[in-house]
Amino acid sequence: MSAPGDPVVDLELAREHGLTDEEYGQILEILGRTPSFPELGIFSVMWAEHCSYKSSKRYLKRLPTEGPQVLHGPGENAGVVSIGDGLAVVFKIESHNHPSFIEPVQGAATGVGGILRDVFTMGARPLANMDSLRFGPLDDPLHQHLLRGVVRGVGGYGNAVGVATVGGETTVHECYRGNILVNAFNLGLVETDKIFLASASGVGNPVIYAGSKTGRDGIHGASLLASAEFDAESEAKRPTVQVGDPFTEKCLIEACLELMSTDAVVGIQDMGAAGLTCSSFEMASNAGTGIELDLDLVPQREAGMTPYELLLSESQERMLLVARSGREDEVREIFERWELDAVTVGRVTDDGRMRVRWHGAPVVDIPVDPVAKSSPELDRPVREPADLLERQKLDLAAIAPESDLPGALLALLDDPNLGSKAWLYRQYDQLVQGGTVIGPGGDAALVRVKREDGTLTSKGIALSVDCNPRWCWLDPYAGAVAAVAEAARNVACTGARPLALTNCLNFGNPEKPEIMWEFAEATRGLSDASRALGTPVVSGNVSFYNETSGSAIHPTPTVAVVGLLDDWERHAPSAFPADGLDVVLLGDLHETLAASAWLALRRGLEVGRPPQVDLDHERSLAELLRLAVADGFVASAHDVSDGGLAVALAECCIVGTTTRGAQVELQEGLRPDALLFGESPGRVIATTRDAGGLASLAQKHGVSARRVGTTGGDRLTITPSSGSPWIDLPVADLHESWARAIPRRLGE
Amino acid sequence: MFSVIQLPGSNDDRDMRFAMKSILGCEAELVWHRSSELPPGTEGVLLPGGFSYGDYLRAGAMAATSPVMGAVKRFAEAGGPVLGVCNGFQVLCESGLLPGVLIRNHHLHFVCDFVHVRVERAAAPFTSRVREGDVLRIPIKHGEGAYFAHADTLEELERDGRVWLRYCDADGRVGDDANPNGTLHGIAGIGNARGNVLGLMPHPEHAVEASIGGLDGLAILGSLADALGGGRS
Repeated sequence: MSAPGDPVVDLELAREHGLTDEEYGQILEILGRTPSFPELGIFSVMWAEHCSYKSSKRYLKRLPTEGPQVLHGPGENAGVVSIGDGLAVVFKIESHNHPSFIEPVQGAATGVGGILRDVFTMGARPLANMDSLRFGPLDDPLHQHLLRGVVRGVGGYGNAVGVATVGGETTVHECYRGNILVNAFNLGLVETDKIFLASASGVGNPVIYAGSKTGRDGIHGASLLASAEFDAESEAKRPTVQVGDPFTEKCLIEACLELMSTDAVVGIQDMGAAGLTCSSFEMASNAGTGIELDLDLVPQREAGMTPYELLLSESQERMLLVARSGREDEVREIFERWELDAVTVGRVTDDGRMRVRWHGAPVVDIPVDPVAKSSPELDRPVREPADLLERQKLDLAAIAPESDLPGALLALLDDPNLGSKAWLYRQYDQLVQGGTVIGPGGDAALVRVKREDGTLTSKGIALSVDCNPRWCWLDPYAGAVAAVAEAARNVACTGARPLALTNCLNFGNPEKPEIMWEFAEATRGLSDASRALGTPVVSGNVSFYNETSGSAIHPTPTVAVVGLLDDWERHAPSAFPADGLDVVLLGDLHETLAASAWLALRRGLEVGRPPQVDLDHERSLAELLRLAVADGFVASAHDVSDGGLAVALAECCIVGTTTRGAQVELQEGLRPDALLFGESPGRVIATTRDAGGLASLAQKHGVSARRVGTTGGDRLTITPSSGSPWIDLPVADLHESWARAIPRRLGE
Repeated sequence: MFSVIQLPGSNDDRDMRFAMKSILGCEAELVWHRSSELPPGTEGVLLPGGFSYGDYLRAGAMAATSPVMGAVKRFAEAGGPVLGVCNGFQVLCESGLLPGVLIRNHHLHFVCDFVHVRVERAAAPFTSRVREGDVLRIPIKHGEGAYFAHADTLEELERDGRVWLRYCDADGRVGDDANPNGTLHGIAGIGNARGNVLGLMPHPEHAVEASIGGLDGLAILGSLADALGGGRS
């Protein structure tokens, strides 16, 4: 079954493909013979960490994935969650870390392209993008280059396909110097009776290839690039990075949505990681059928491609679909209108095998399920890091108190992690499709729901993506809980009810027990938090091997929570919306500096046990916010997170279209720096015209609400109950530090 | 009835139709670029924003050769109103309906933001709802939005009052600080000599609802609707 020029397959070649000796043995057993070269390639990608989830599977199984709102959970291309009235949102977040480090523009662009396909594959029109990005320090010219490139890639793709980028987060930290993270999120809207699954059902139905032609790009992107650590040779892997073509994607979106509004299609799947191979196997496996393919029919960009290359190419903007027998012409006509190829390349069979022919001869003949379903599942060793307790140790009394509180606030606002991200999001189309009520820069984004035919609804979708890697490094369990809680709190701040979440779990090398321990702890945290907050995990992605020459990133379980607002017009912004409003702190004052941005920035220490999240309190707080916004008790709401209370207050002054000051008075008795910059969770700064009404509603929900000040003027003053102000700064100065944080580091 | 031209890669086509139809109560339909005729009953043509053909060549250059552009030219020559927004403006320049060209922003970044523009010419069919000197807040989103033309063309545009909109600050002052992309003379929108073809970079269709982008886009789209006798908002 070998093609001319194929190398001889043996254990040595299997090892070069990243397969273990045991896995190779298993392949021989499944086939009862030595695999052909393309077959070896298929096994190697399907069983690579990136596609098989072999290290993570046993932990992912423990995540809560169900709820009355969940229509489709993990296992599909993206999660599907009902928002009522026959509508559902389809969403997922996915990593494109390794390619983006090697080639930032194309790596990020194809990350966006891939996640879009996961969403429109299900019949949904992609509506909103978000991105979670992590870079090394910006004084490093390499990371300036990576930031510029990634933003150009994200924007270049998202802008051209006509999907608004409405939110995101960006972190800069030493731990990402050798491995940046690019996690791309998309959410789409679908009518619940128009959801499509990746299923190759109906024996005899034609298998149709649609979209871009297949080239030699991206071969082994999933297996060799995403499933191994970086080393000195990684630069040479640049050819494994795919090249994106957003114009073709845009045409593909329109063609697929048009096609899916007919009933000519029974199943559809995008060709993502491992291309034609992965998509065919998944579709056949989901339907319990087999597939027969003729590679000579596959549209090809260049001459002389081998079966191995055709099967493993990760060329972008390609779809595989199964149409009803006899409807091929209809399919072809729609794609032709959009100037795209749509070619019948095979048919559905009933024997549960994948058979591939090339130049008239068989080159692949393997049973579907053993490759797709029985991929290895590992129980990798787990060990708590030896220095964990050392990291978590913090004696607050031994930390020199902040001698310049206003200076510390300005320095925090100037930190790229806390400063304005406008430099990034101004390069993204935030408005296309006309639904952006709250764009980037607020707590959560808010998008108004319009049906495909243009009919308006009163529904709004709130979205937020969050993770504090410092917390996750100091305590992966608490960090993961906090990521869920913060994303849900951000969504709740708009007045929306958190519905469900998706996550992108970015970790180091899973072959190291300490990394596996981080993963186990983080997934335990995700599980507990999503269960407690009623936000099941409906989709996600795992990215291991974010490690270079033995040095791993901080564990980064990025969480994106999606919420529903019944009446989008009744929502709360983050910024102080008017003068003369009462400023109310929901939640308590605490004396802590553990794991804080202040401690890292002003004392150079990343230590302490992150403050624990009280999940019952978070649930009450979210419910309180939802009711308070709906009933008009709250005029604005902003979550207190990185940088603590002082930074949150400053943000309320400066993130709006018009800046606005406030006078705030806090009680004494606690250490001022710990009070102002401590990051204990579960707190929100709200403004209200009815402090009494808000207080009694808060009391009903068991949430403490204290009036701490008034909005107005052009200064932010924070004063103890007696004595001179701790902080008294012109809002313009706060704005300047915050706005210049990233541009000034890029020399702009 | 408005024909909203749909090119492969148009993005704001449906938003434009929504603004004209759902907000302003006009009839508006998408017209596929391969049609060599406009639908019967077309009284106005809208060329929406996007990235036609990916803008892989010069922005708008490929689209200018689409079959439908022949029909748009004939429609414009007969005096019918034609509005091109963003990529639509680029297409109008590339197809010769407007002079000059849109080049890469001087800072080399794509920019999406709300900006202010000053109305330099208040007249039907594009700006009859406002007065000269009025300041509108409308978003821009483009990477190639700096208007460029030779000195004599610019002089002619200024002399004949063909600059309809200019970038300014919130108080209506024009200058480098209020210029978002390095465009010459602060130009945000220009018209043809006859005054029935207008190209502008800002997106009025993204400012037609009070809580989403504000209402200033209606100054332009509403005027156009009025010109056809159909505007309600």
